[in-house]
Amino acid sequence: MSGVRVLVGTRKGAFVLTADGKRERWDVAGPHFGGWEIYHVKGSPAAPDRIWASQTSGWFGQVVQRSDDGGKTWEPVGNQFTYDGVPGTHQWYDGTAHPWEFARVWHFEPSHGDPDTVYAGVEDAALFRSNDGGSTWHELSGLRGHGSGPHWQPGAGGMCLHTILLDPVNAQRIFVAISAAGAFRSDDGGATWKPINRGLRSEGIPDPNAEVGHCVHRIAQHRTRPDVLFMQKHWDVMRSDDGGDTWREVSGNLPTDFGFPIDVHAHEPETVYVVPLKSDSERYPSDGSLRVYRSRSGGDEWEPLTKGLPQRDCWVNVLRDAMAVDTLDDCGIYFGTTGGQVYVSPDGGDTWRAIVQTLPPVLSLEVQTLP
Amino acid sequence: MTDVPTSGGGARAVRLVLPAHLRKLSRQSGELVLQVAGPVTIARVLDALEERHPVLRGTIRDHVTRKRRPFVRFFACEQDLSHDSTDDPLPDAVARGDEPLLVVGAMAGG
Repeated sequence: MSGVRVLVGTRKGAFVLTADGKRERWDVAGPHFGGWEIYHVKGSPAAPDRIWASQTSGWFGQVVQRSDDGGKTWEPVGNQFTYDGVPGTHQWYDGTAHPWEFARVWHFEPSHGDPDTVYAGVEDAALFRSNDGGSTWHELSGLRGHGSGPHWQPGAGGMCLHTILLDPVNAQRIFVAISAAGAFRSDDGGATWKPINRGLRSEGIPDPNAEVGHCVHRIAQHRTRPDVLFMQKHWDVMRSDDGGDTWREVSGNLPTDFGFPIDVHAHEPETVYVVPLKSDSERYPSDGSLRVYRSRSGGDEWEPLTKGLPQRDCWVNVLRDAMAVDTLDDCGIYFGTTGGQVYVSPDGGDTWRAIVQTLPPVLSLEVQTLP
Repeated sequence: MTDVPTSGGGARAVRLVLPAHLRKLSRQSGELVLQVAGPVTIARVLDALEERHPVLRGTIRDHVTRKRRPFVRFFACEQDLSHDSTDDPLPDAVARGDEPLLVVGAMAGG
């Protein structure tokens, strides 16, 4: 019987949650790397038992862990992320030029087809790639070097490259998103890049329609329609139908359009999920009521999903990389909270239950569907 | 398990204590003993450590600049050596193996 493996990164370690296809009874393994911040854990589509984990610490820096047995055992691999050439500067919070400094890996995106190739999105924002199973990492410096890099500014969480989408159809096309620079696209395998932020409007920057400077929180894509992108921006939920060339707002009837994660149903390309938060100054659900919102029309019209979620006294956040979907026939939706809960809906969002209630704050969540 | 020193031509056996997270990362327990050739300095002790345990590269000092990470400190003989040059000779008691060099994670965080 098929099953799922949920990979959870938290402030105090990584956890691996497994269940069969019913997704009712769960085995919880961990913490792996106890005491370390685990920003992201993600498995290879090409070799599902190969899993990458970003292990970081304010004391001891970056460690990259790799498992080749589905997360049971781990081996550290290369952890040297050196910017290509003279790194140059970006904008600092006070408007001064600040040298690019590596802090941590926020996100791993393994290649669709090659288990030894994996991309890493890092802070300060840059994209790295390893073609040798993580032993060595090389920057795709055309992203920082395309021209606007010196004008990028960090968001409150640091200047991080947090989203990497490898186009499932066009192997040369890569999308990334950076807080707070915006979204970028390469059409030549990562050699050259251009900003794709036309249509975004951000009141918090001097020119609300600027080419770069937008705080994009997350981008999602359905594997069968790679030109359709959904974005949760700092404020506003956005949609593009042309690979990011232009965007339009689809916040519609959402009670608030501030939030972090966004994802797409595995089998319904127009079914989208977000978790609205009250505001950027509060960052918790309105009224203490945790609600996922679902649109079945690709945006604009949204419905609250509450069954099984706490509807009072809930003041958690759901971070940008902490939502994922499985690909079982009844698509499962998952998310983790800063309160340490991981929720699953085995029926596309209609009903929810907690897998675990008391993990450390969840930083990221990915799910693998196993044969 | 404690690392057992191996004999080396003119090398000194230097004792090193790592913080718990780095002992676990390098799959060590207890104190390490490293063979350090030439003058016994922090830089040479770390060179020997990283040679034996490559996984620790980048965790104590930067890969390229070799600068100490900000929340890592170096103590020995009840002295804070964190701001000394890493090419300065360590105290004789460390070079003789009577006292260990301590790599310490600063107290911070939650």
